[in-house]
Amino acid sequence: MTPQTLSPLLCTIPIFPLAGAAINGFFGRRSSKKAISAVALAFCGLAFLVAVFIAANFSSASAPYSFSLAHWLRSGSFSVDFEFYLDQLSLVMLLVVTGVGFLIHVYSVGYMWDDDGYYRFMSYMNLFMFFMLTLVLAKNYLVMFIGWEGVGLASYLLIGYWFTKDSAAAAGKKAFIVNRIGDFGFLIALFLIIKHFGSLDFTHVFAAVQSQPAETAGAGLLTAIGLLLMVGAAGKSAQIPLYVWLPDAMEGPTPVSALIHAATMVTAGVYMVARSSTIFERAPMAMTVVAIIGTLTALFAATIGIAQTDIKKVLAYSTVSQLGYMFMACGVGAFSAGIFHLMTHAFFKGLLFLVAGSVIHGIGGEQDMRKMGGLRVYMPWTFATMGIATLAIAGIPPFAGFWSKDEILWKAFGASWVYWLLGVITAFITSFYMFRLMYMTFGGEYRGAAVQEAHGHDAHDHGHGHGHGEPHESPWVMLGPLVILALLSVFGGFVGVGNRFEHFLAPVLQPRVLGAPPGFLVHEASPEAGSTLEYLLMAVSVSVAGLGWFLAYLLYSRRPQLPARIAASLGGLYRAVANKYYIDELYAVLFVKPLIDGSTTILWHGVDQGVIDATVNNSATAARHVSDNVRHMQSGNLRSYAGWVAAGAAVVIGYMVWMGVR
Amino acid sequence: MVPLSYYLVLSGILFACGVLGFLIKRNIITIFMSIELMLNGVNLSFVAFAAHWHAVSGQVFVFFVMVVAAAEAAVGLAIIIAVYRTRETLNVDQVNLLKL
Repeated sequence: MTPQTLSPLLCTIPIFPLAGAAINGFFGRRSSKKAISAVALAFCGLAFLVAVFIAANFSSASAPYSFSLAHWLRSGSFSVDFEFYLDQLSLVMLLVVTGVGFLIHVYSVGYMWDDDGYYRFMSYMNLFMFFMLTLVLAKNYLVMFIGWEGVGLASYLLIGYWFTKDSAAAAGKKAFIVNRIGDFGFLIALFLIIKHFGSLDFTHVFAAVQSQPAETAGAGLLTAIGLLLMVGAAGKSAQIPLYVWLPDAMEGPTPVSALIHAATMVTAGVYMVARSSTIFERAPMAMTVVAIIGTLTALFAATIGIAQTDIKKVLAYSTVSQLGYMFMACGVGAFSAGIFHLMTHAFFKGLLFLVAGSVIHGIGGEQDMRKMGGLRVYMPWTFATMGIATLAIAGIPPFAGFWSKDEILWKAFGASWVYWLLGVITAFITSFYMFRLMYMTFGGEYRGAAVQEAHGHDAHDHGHGHGHGEPHESPWVMLGPLVILALLSVFGGFVGVGNRFEHFLAPVLQPRVLGAPPGFLVHEASPEAGSTLEYLLMAVSVSVAGLGWFLAYLLYSRRPQLPARIAASLGGLYRAVANKYYIDELYAVLFVKPLIDGSTTILWHGVDQGVIDATVNNSATAARHVSDNVRHMQSGNLRSYAGWVAAGAAVVIGYMVWMGVR
Repeated sequence: MVPLSYYLVLSGILFACGVLGFLIKRNIITIFMSIELMLNGVNLSFVAFAAHWHAVSGQVFVFFVMVVAAAEAAVGLAIIIAVYRTRETLNVDQVNLLKL
């Protein structure tokens, strides 16, 4: 199929979910739930089908495809159009977003069926898909920015979906505001690009960047752009120091967590960095920053995950940690490995969240793992899929996570053994807390008998009428997506065997640095794949994952009273970890409180009331006082008027005489 | 031949009398007459200049002023009668309803 016939299809992919969102948003209130589900699923599914159709007819020879929908901005030589673009990178993203997104839509039908705002939820979900697809398919940074901001908006709406609950509304706000901080960096990067390259179009910008040498000697323009883009990516993809919004975002319904915080939105930052790989490759300092931030985030978030008791919070920190891996990969120049991990992560983390939703659904809205346990008996399907997802994220071969994580660690080792070591430690912790979650949730005896009507802190999360005597398996509309994602989690990693994935993405992500010193990028520096060293490192990471599993088994299955003793003996350290290192409190003291205080005293009382309001009010008061005095001139006394007339005439005549004399 | 300046001085005196009367008198009729006095003071200077410069336009002005003054007198007297009927006074200090 020729590019000419395929390209116009590109614009239909985002438009389908938008239409679904519009129909459900405008007419959903009066429609039946069946109709709402049909609309939401049909439009989302159509987008997926088109994506599959395009993928089936995709040929690397004629890529990239592009399609211009309409003109947008024209200002002198600078122009931005609504243009869509498809190359190998966006194709991968497209399939992940539409595929996993569609499965989550199906799941949501079961999960949210009894919620009052069902139509609203489905409409937001479709809207989210629209923005995410716009982001992925954009041909220039500005259209990408529409999607970028749009997913921010949609995530705000979805996280704060139960907006009557204070914590949910606050979490939505937090996500939105923290994202704005990142967007600030992104915007400035865009301004720099416009100023120096006169365009936002990927093709033009990257062509212009390619002709420049790498900034190996010192930091320059490209480093600045790279760092600012990284600020944006850190906000969207929840990296240090802007990761704080993601754990709070678990206030949203569980399908939202799966959609936003596993499969799509948080990956936008990784996608953007990979898309801008041309810029990053010429800014080694920015690359180093990306790698360091990614590595630290991976380790830091993983340690927090150990001590969480809320099942979704564990997964949230695990998401942050896995995103750290992706940035580590990008930072060492292994962009394709980062995208590979993005894809496998979308499978197994989407699955993990959906399983968590199934668990929460099954036991009546409880999220505290201490009140779970023994669920393997009640929910066999959920247990099986959860097991697969856990094996996948822990990096046990041959599950999907193993391939991608190992790829990243291998590439990281090529850059520096420090990254590798921290990555392996993170892998160990990941394996530990994931199996901890498994044993606490599915192992042992059911500890939540007392949850009858005293539902935990998430009373909204179920809403169905039937009583919760004991845990029950979820309906098939929810289990179907679980099974499909589980299959993907098992087999999804095989696309990367023999570097096939990397070769597929090579036309987009191949390093093309001119005039860079040899060994500057790890691609060139790393030894041949398949060497003994690679297998050795692989063995280390697998055994480390096994060790984490064993430790979790020991602590949470064999000797369940031991963790409490260890926690008690660790004292302050444990408390710090359980309280997420007090980062939220630190930010509150460092940024939020000074900001609120400053805004209150200086901006509100000082500037707003003291200057702006005062100017308006005082001029009104002054006018009233002056008029109050002047109005006495209008006495109604004819002769006083005559006097004023005469005086005025005298003044005029006097002035004219005086002017005449001069 | 009476010099021009005499006429102008007389005209000024008449006008000043008119202004003074307008300002200090309380009776509306008197005020009205003071206005006529001012008009005629100006008329006098017009005709004096017309005679001095042998220009007929000055006299044309005077006719205009007279016509307008006649019209004004008609309207003004009608207003005065109306005021007297409603207020039963011709003292302007007591006709001071138009105020804040």
